[in-house]
Amino acid sequence: MLYINCPHCGMRSQNEFSYGGDASVKRPELNKEVSDQEWDNFVYNRKSLRGKHLELWQHISGCRQWIKVERDTATHEIFRTFKADEEVA
Amino acid sequence: MQKYSIFNLVKNAFLNHENWDLAWKDPTPKEEYDVVIIGGGGHGLATAYYLAKEHNITNVAIIEKGWIGGGNVGRNTTIIRSNYMHDENGLFSEFGMDLWRKMSQDLNYNVMFSPRGIINLAHSDAQMNAYARRGNSMRLNGIDAVLLNREQVKEIIPMADFSENVRFPIFGGLMQPSAGTARHDAVAWGYARQADSMGVDIIQNCEVIGFDVSAGKINGIRTSRGNIKAKKVGICVAGSTNILAEKLNMTLPIETHLLQACVSEPVKPVLDNVVTFGAGHFYVSQSDKGEMVMGGDLDGYNSYAQRGNLPTLQHVLTEGIAMMPFLSKLKMLRTWGGIMDMSMDGSPIIDKTHIDGLYLNCGWCYGGFKATPASGWTFAHTIAQDRVHELNAGYSLNRFNTGHLIDEKGLGTKTWIS
Repeated sequence: MLYINCPHCGMRSQNEFSYGGDASVKRPELNKEVSDQEWDNFVYNRKSLRGKHLELWQHISGCRQWIKVERDTATHEIFRTFKADEEVA
Repeated sequence: MQKYSIFNLVKNAFLNHENWDLAWKDPTPKEEYDVVIIGGGGHGLATAYYLAKEHNITNVAIIEKGWIGGGNVGRNTTIIRSNYMHDENGLFSEFGMDLWRKMSQDLNYNVMFSPRGIINLAHSDAQMNAYARRGNSMRLNGIDAVLLNREQVKEIIPMADFSENVRFPIFGGLMQPSAGTARHDAVAWGYARQADSMGVDIIQNCEVIGFDVSAGKINGIRTSRGNIKAKKVGICVAGSTNILAEKLNMTLPIETHLLQACVSEPVKPVLDNVVTFGAGHFYVSQSDKGEMVMGGDLDGYNSYAQRGNLPTLQHVLTEGIAMMPFLSKLKMLRTWGGIMDMSMDGSPIIDKTHIDGLYLNCGWCYGGFKATPASGWTFAHTIAQDRVHELNAGYSLNRFNTGHLIDEKGLGTKTWIS
C-alpha cells in the first residue's frame, strides 16, 4: 500500500487516488505552429524512467484535486508531493 | 546435441541420470558477432533460434543481464490465444498458434502445449454483439471462434455464478477452442537449448551499459563484461526497454508498468479452460498441478519493482469471486509481479529504428508470452533481411506518427488505465 501525502488533505492511502501519468509532459503551446514530432512527444512518447519520477495523481475519493508526486519507480518511495500548479525545482 | 526421447530417458535412468549433457553452455563473450540480441527472455531466445534455423545466421550472441527466462517468460500466466479482431493482431497471433502446435516436436522439448480453449464471458447484450463482431472478424482471418449463449457457457463452466440477481449476469461468451496454455519455462529452455546447439552464445549475468553508435550506424555494445562488436543489434528487453532507449537518446511510446499474477493452493481438476471476466479484468485457468492461476489489472502506475501491491490484487480477486464464487474458499499460495512494456495503443512494436543495424522489439503489454514464437520468427526475419515481414509490418514504430494505431481495446494512449 502506498501512502500519499495530499498537499490539501494530508496523508492518505493509495486507494483514494487515481493515477494520471508523467507530470513532466508539457502540452504544446496553442498559438504556435506545432510539428508532428512535438505532438508525438506530447501524446505518445514517454521517458518512463527507473528511479525518481514526477507524476500526476488525482485525489479522486478525497478533495478531487490533481496533485504532483515525486516517487521512485523502483522502490516506490515517495519523496515529495506538490499542488498541481506548484513549480517543481 | 543429445536428443531427448523415451529411449534416452530409460538409458539414463539406469545411469542415475549422471550423464546428461548440459542443456546450454556458458561461453565467454567473443569480440565480435554478426548479430547481438539483448534480452535472454522468451522473445530473445526465440529470435536467436529462428535466426539460426530460418536464416542460417549462427554467429549470434544473446546478452542477458540476469539469467535466461528470469523475466516475464518466467512470470506470466501461460495463456496462448489469437482471439483478436484487428487483422494485424489476428494474423500475427494465428501464425504464432501454428508455431505453438509444432513447438514440442520442433524444439525436441516438451512445452506442454495444451489447447484447452479460452472463453471470454459477456455480461450484457451489447457485449454479446461486440463479441459476435470480433468472432466474425476472427473467422474471416481463419481463426476458430464460437459464440456461446448462457446455457452453452453453463454447460462448460457450471461453477461460474449463474444466479439471477448478480451484478454482472453471464449472457454468454466468445470461445476460441484452439487457444490454451503451455509450460512457460520449457519454452525458454527449449529455445535456449536449440539455439545453443546451433552455435548461438548465451551470455548470462552480462548487463548492457551502452551502445557504440557512429554516423547513424550501430557498431556494437558496451557491457559489464566488456565491449562487444556487432553488425546488428536487436533489443527485446520488455520492461527494461525504456532504460536502454535512454542510453540511445530515444524516447519511445512505451511506459513500464507492473502486472501481478497469483496462484491458489492446488485443488482437484475443476476448470479445463481459460476463462476471462467480461465486466472487469480478471482471468483464470487451472495448472497441471491443480493451482488456480489468476491475473488481471496492472498496478496502475509506472513501476520497475517486479513485486506487487495488495490493493490491486484485492481488486482483481474481487472480480474473480464475482465470476466464480468458489474461489473465495481457496488459500493463496503465491503472488508475483513482472514489469510490462505498455505501448500507447496496446499493440507491440517489431521494427527497424532510425539507427542502421539497430532493431526494436517491445510493447507487448499483457500479451507477450503467447507471442513468443511469432515475435521471435518475425524479429529474426526483420534483422536478417533488414526489412519487416508482412506479418509485423503493422507493428511499426512510426505508426504513432502516421496515425495507423492498432487500438484493439479502444483504450487510446493510456493503456495503463484500469
